[in-house]
Amino acid sequence: METEPFIVLSAILFTIGCVGVLTRRNAIVVFMCVELMLNASNLALVTFSRTNGNLEGQIAAFFVMVVAAAEVVVGLAIIMTIFRTRRSASVDDASLLKY
Amino acid sequence: MIAFWILAPVMVAAALGLLFARKAVHAALLLAVVMLSLAVLYAVLDAPFLFAVQIIVYTGAILMLFLFVLMLVGVDASDSIVETIRGHRAASIVVGLLFGLTLVVGLSQITFGASVGLGTANRDGNIPAIAEILFTRYVFAFEVTSALLITAAMGAMVLAHRERLSPKVTQADLAAQRMKDYTETGKHLGPLPPPGVFARHNAVDTPALLPDGTASEASISRVLAARGTVKSAPEIADDVRALTEGED
Repeated sequence: METEPFIVLSAILFTIGCVGVLTRRNAIVVFMCVELMLNASNLALVTFSRTNGNLEGQIAAFFVMVVAAAEVVVGLAIIMTIFRTRRSASVDDASLLKY
Repeated sequence: MIAFWILAPVMVAAALGLLFARKAVHAALLLAVVMLSLAVLYAVLDAPFLFAVQIIVYTGAILMLFLFVLMLVGVDASDSIVETIRGHRAASIVVGLLFGLTLVVGLSQITFGASVGLGTANRDGNIPAIAEILFTRYVFAFEVTSALLITAAMGAMVLAHRERLSPKVTQADLAAQRMKDYTETGKHLGPLPPPGVFARHNAVDTPALLPDGTASEASISRVLAARGTVKSAPEIADDVRALTEGED
């Protein structure tokens, strides 16, 4: 089994996630795109783990998943708090620090 | 490899859908497609433990959390089309494409060599092998992870907690308020009328008819009216007429 197709797929998914973070306005969708980027990097880690014949890559992917879970919990709580006070989930509306 | 060539187009299409989906719920479901396909790819790549973790943690826990928050945030979750910074969208697409180009150029300049495969590493099974590494070399990182998870849970609780600013409204208060409304404005005291029950249609989207033949707005849910799915009484009358004329 070759390595290249998996890595290319991982790169494509990462790029799509990157464009999503830059273009989308809804904070929750931006967050989903961040998750997509994390998943793409996980795919690369697992593929490299197989290419090199040791399990370090899978361990790294496992830690990425744990940290992603913690990040999602706190991030969504922040989005909810912002929504509660400002009645909006758009990243453009939270610009109070600008002034 | 067959699984890869089937799943890769599906994943790319679903990820692109994430960019273009107007509703956040659709984006979440497309993300679920990507994550489940990734789980299958992990199984293909000799990582059965990550296959299970991907489904349980990502699809089961994280995406459900996303959907719960979408339910709380509600209808406002749709994206705005208006650009607040001029040329922002075009610029970010250009930057994204440049980033992709950089990745492609970088990837084309390296060779990976033959894949060693996990045959020897997974000799005693994938999960015992992972456990051995996790609880020897990475045991400190593993312990720190537990601190991180507890901190995240505490943080979410603190952020989501809300102090009660006004006293709790009891049944007695509600009844008193209703009586007050009645004496002041003459608002109807009793419960709202039920939706209409007719021969052809008796769902909640059918308004009840008042004695003078007009539809009662109080008999249907405000949400249904806003969504525009309410069937008006004249329409039903037309339906009935068409049906009876058909019989003749």
